[in-house]
Amino acid sequence: MKAPPFTYHRPTTGEELAALLGSLENAKVLAGGQSLMPMLNLRLAFPDHLIDINRVEGLAGIKVEGEDVVVGAMTRQADVLASSVVAERLPVLAEALRHVGHIQTRSRGTYGGSCCHLDPSSEQPAMAALYDARFHVVGAAGRRTVEAADWSVGMLQSALADDEYLEAIRFTPWRDGADGRCGYGFAEYARRHGDYAIVGCAALVRVDQAGAIGRAAVVLFGVEPSPTRLPALEAASLGQAAAGFNPASHLGEVDALDVMEDIHVNAVYRRRLARVMIGRAFADALARATGAKA
Amino acid sequence: MQQPLVITATINGRPVERAADPRMHLADFLRHEVGLTGTHVGCEHGVCGSCTVIVDGRPVRSCLMLAVQVDGAAVETVEGLTGASGSLSRLQRAFSEHHALQCGFCTPGMLMTLEALLRTVLNPTETDVRDAISGNICRCTGYQGIVEAALTAAKDRQGEPA
Amino acid sequence: MSARYFGAAVNRLEDPKLVSGAGRYVDDLHPAGLLHVAFVRSQRAHGLVRGVDAGAAARMAGVVAVFTMADFADLASGPMPPLAPHPLIKTPITYWPLAATEVRHVGEAIAMVVADSRHAAEDAAAAVEVDIEPLPVAADAIAALAADAPRAHSDRDSNLAARLAAKFGDADAVFAGADHVVAETIVTHRGGCHAMECRGVVAVPDAMGEDLTVYTSSQSPFLVRRILAAYLGRDERHVRVVAPDVGGGFGPKANVYPEEFAVALAALKLGRPVKWIEDRQEHFLTTTQQRDQIWTVEVAFTAEGRMLGLRGRGVHDNGAYAPYGLILPINALGCFPGPYALEALDVTLDVALTNMVPTSPVRGASRPIVAFVLERMADRVAAHLGLPREEVRRRSFVRADQMPYETGGKARDGSPISYDSGDYRQALDLALSKIDVAGFPARREAALRRGKLLGLGMASCVEDTGLGPFEGATVRVTPAGKVVIATGASSQGQGHRTVFAQIAADALGVDINDVIVDAADTDKFPLGISTIASRIAVTAGSSVEMAAQKVRAKALRFASNRLEAGEQDLEIVDGAIQVKGVPGMSITLAEVSRALAGAAGMSTPYGMEPDLAATAYFESQGLTFAYGSNACEVEIDPDTGDARVVRYVVVHDCGRLINPQIVDGQIIGGVVHGIGNALFERMLHDPEGQPLTTTYADYLLPIATEMPRIEVHHIETPSPRNPLGVKGAGEGGTIPAAACVISAIQDALGPAAPFVAHHPISPQDIVAMLD
Repeated sequence: MKAPPFTYHRPTTGEELAALLGSLENAKVLAGGQSLMPMLNLRLAFPDHLIDINRVEGLAGIKVEGEDVVVGAMTRQADVLASSVVAERLPVLAEALRHVGHIQTRSRGTYGGSCCHLDPSSEQPAMAALYDARFHVVGAAGRRTVEAADWSVGMLQSALADDEYLEAIRFTPWRDGADGRCGYGFAEYARRHGDYAIVGCAALVRVDQAGAIGRAAVVLFGVEPSPTRLPALEAASLGQAAAGFNPASHLGEVDALDVMEDIHVNAVYRRRLARVMIGRAFADALARATGAKA
Repeated sequence: MQQPLVITATINGRPVERAADPRMHLADFLRHEVGLTGTHVGCEHGVCGSCTVIVDGRPVRSCLMLAVQVDGAAVETVEGLTGASGSLSRLQRAFSEHHALQCGFCTPGMLMTLEALLRTVLNPTETDVRDAISGNICRCTGYQGIVEAALTAAKDRQGEPA
Repeated sequence: MSARYFGAAVNRLEDPKLVSGAGRYVDDLHPAGLLHVAFVRSQRAHGLVRGVDAGAAARMAGVVAVFTMADFADLASGPMPPLAPHPLIKTPITYWPLAATEVRHVGEAIAMVVADSRHAAEDAAAAVEVDIEPLPVAADAIAALAADAPRAHSDRDSNLAARLAAKFGDADAVFAGADHVVAETIVTHRGGCHAMECRGVVAVPDAMGEDLTVYTSSQSPFLVRRILAAYLGRDERHVRVVAPDVGGGFGPKANVYPEEFAVALAALKLGRPVKWIEDRQEHFLTTTQQRDQIWTVEVAFTAEGRMLGLRGRGVHDNGAYAPYGLILPINALGCFPGPYALEALDVTLDVALTNMVPTSPVRGASRPIVAFVLERMADRVAAHLGLPREEVRRRSFVRADQMPYETGGKARDGSPISYDSGDYRQALDLALSKIDVAGFPARREAALRRGKLLGLGMASCVEDTGLGPFEGATVRVTPAGKVVIATGASSQGQGHRTVFAQIAADALGVDINDVIVDAADTDKFPLGISTIASRIAVTAGSSVEMAAQKVRAKALRFASNRLEAGEQDLEIVDGAIQVKGVPGMSITLAEVSRALAGAAGMSTPYGMEPDLAATAYFESQGLTFAYGSNACEVEIDPDTGDARVVRYVVVHDCGRLINPQIVDGQIIGGVVHGIGNALFERMLHDPEGQPLTTTYADYLLPIATEMPRIEVHHIETPSPRNPLGVKGAGEGGTIPAAACVISAIQDALGPAAPFVAHHPISPQDIVAMLD
């Protein structure tokens, strides 16, 4: 099928982009296009205006600002994956990106585009949730910052207003230090390499010199419409000895999740996978934090 | 409806200027406007990989890019793999030697994906090759000949000057 | 004659063009003045067409015409002729080019927009308003056969299109006397062909409006011509059909489709070339699919594990139309008893019409279904007796010393089915040895230490190939010395050009690069059947051999006269006929061709008939039966239910190999198709007959990362039934593969798991079975 007709706009500056977003009705933003283009070709989206932001200056690139790593919204997934900064400071992000699509889609797909599209199975907004990242948003009314916890407001719906665009995502890496050593774990299950995950999980932990868990973050994706942090599990792990900690004993909140179902996968199976992926991701995170795994 | 927009691009090393409806995707543009029908369209929703071309050095699905987006860009298609004298590249020859194609429909996309891989990964493993072509569907070969062809071409390219 | 090309892994003549992007597929054709089509399709599985309002659409930019069937009344009307009529089908169950009164599956075309671009045509198609009065839907084959079920066709009394039976021996006596009987219900699931090239048609009328050329991505250009000409009421000479490069077929492109007719009608109506290229969504809705059958069978066997008899009933989901008649159900019944020497068989198959996408053969036709039934039951018998699975097979196979072996069954034409040659046990034993069955327990232990369950699977099959009656060939040496083969057989990637060229080059002593193949063009050869049923090597291959040998004989006769030497003293080397051992005494084939091309006022030399050419139609002397055994290992992650095929071994016998590289490619690709059927490909519909998996994100095809390396070993038992000793190879990879994978999964799950009686099996299913 062929895309329906639309008027094409190609702003080159943030100001032009903001002006277009503020003035056009029924407009769609074209970032990497790896989700929007199929929807256009399948005639599932009928925008009157398409705003191509691929030539807007200053939206792409990975910068280090103090402790933080700032990923420009239009940074290609391939560039995130290839980034030495990401590999060193946000290794779980690099691991997650290896599971995103295929080399052709990562050439075009952007980190910010995926965060705005918010597919429930996408690794990228989930990693933002894992790190409590901050979303830098620009609109006609100026700039604002949205916390990761507030970013998703529903199925396929971000906190962006119609006249706003995402500029960058700010991650604060977990660094080894006097308070302990950090580790990450990532696990997902998809039917085939590169498919959207049925369920995925990522975990970050810090283990202090006494071997106790000092900090933990765990996120599930593919389970609910938005990335799901597991605060009860995170809290239960604090102060526990890394060596003996078993996340399986603290999964009450997984039973309470409103788990998605679809034509391929029922909720029972998806919930089971969630438990398995939490176990694998958490175990890997602990193993890395304690030096048992590279 | 919007008027056609003029696209100026370098395609297989040659400058091309054509107008296209802004909604036309790159694969249709290459095939039906530029006349390079080697690039094939298999699903038009970005899964099968038959339409893979190289844009500014990177493999992309040309059904998931608008033609207007390559304005100013360098595009490489399967037609560009063959030398000026009609000589086949090592990868193209390896495809024939290893029976890496049957109907030939997915072949241009496979070749462009692997061409991009072999430029960046000089000594790929079988896993690297299978990962690289995991976004390209072939219904004929079962992939085995394609994997062998890529590994052979990679080995032989190492001996050639860049 | 020493074979130079036959049997060698010759690189394909097709390849240089295809790897350069110089293939010419239907969508690559752009005749001047071309118009483009988008179809308006039913969104309901069943309903009455009450009205079509194309007013707004017709006024849209770029639109040339909007047609419904009524607009073609001056050219043709009514349902399309059936491809394979059958006496049990009293009135044909075929589509109309455009549905005029009733729609019977989602996606059925009702109207067509012709515009100056595909984009404009789709814009307007969306604006055509179709009024459909919903009718109740038959979306399940079993339910459709209930007395009060909604009718898939409102004008038919019943959804039971036909009941077919196959029977031999005294089943009641065999079952009464058997030591054991087990029964199971086995379900196989439908999938699509998913050729990477979708279907496509370009119809070009000539300036006089009399002749029509149709380029179509088809396995059956001659059938398209035959029934299109009949439908249009024209002589066949006014319809030329060409299948250019075709990007995969796998069966469904052998069907003749409404779009081919509708595009032809539109081109005739407008007097301009018209193109339609199926998009992938249309492919999911309109290209035929296959494999929904439900079988309840019981097997009688001895205490030693020899299978004696099988009886049972099956239901075949035919879908909404039967353009191909009863080919699939007939094929299913003909596949029993597989490789097993049963004493009795008693099976019936009910053909149910449903409001689903119509069915026609997909790689293997019904053979993979019956192989799945037989192989699951063989495993079931072994489990019942606590015997190794291979022992049940060894004790039940037709033995090599029984060849040729009449199974008791009947072929399509009523003749007895007779297996020509082979050693089934040898194939199984070789497969098990190649997969190292002895080392399996250690590999299973090692997997268990990694938390994985490893299973060993096996499956065997027999495949009828070389279906008659014929594909013919003309071999001609041109005055320039090129050898041109013309045949009706079309190709969709099988490498026919190379294979035919190998045969002719050997026969005529020429370089393979001097052989040209003209195929799949009704103007290049008078007759053709279809590229289906693994038949081309046997039928067309034999015809090429026969025609080439006739040309050789004629050339030798000419040379014998010219060189004044006995034919027995001549040989053909590098395109020249020479007297053995006498350098310089020679004449080229080109010279013979020129001499036989005639000169004005001169008689043809030596009283010979003009032209260095010959035509042959090899007449099938009965089916040739390829066979094989597969073995594989599947590793299961018990936490996720993930099942991964980690090793796969094929032992296959398709007689003499013309080109081992091409045969291996056919088999490996076929196995991967079967693994897709076993694990990935699921064509889901809702209870209203609405297809739910219509993108490649939902319908999962096998990809490179999920497929194992596949090891292929050949046994070469020449077929006595054709001059080349060959058997077909196009489907033998697919036929046992799903059964082999499921056998391994059953083995991995362990003795406590329930019997696995269906495919595809999902991780969710596997986890449920482990729990």
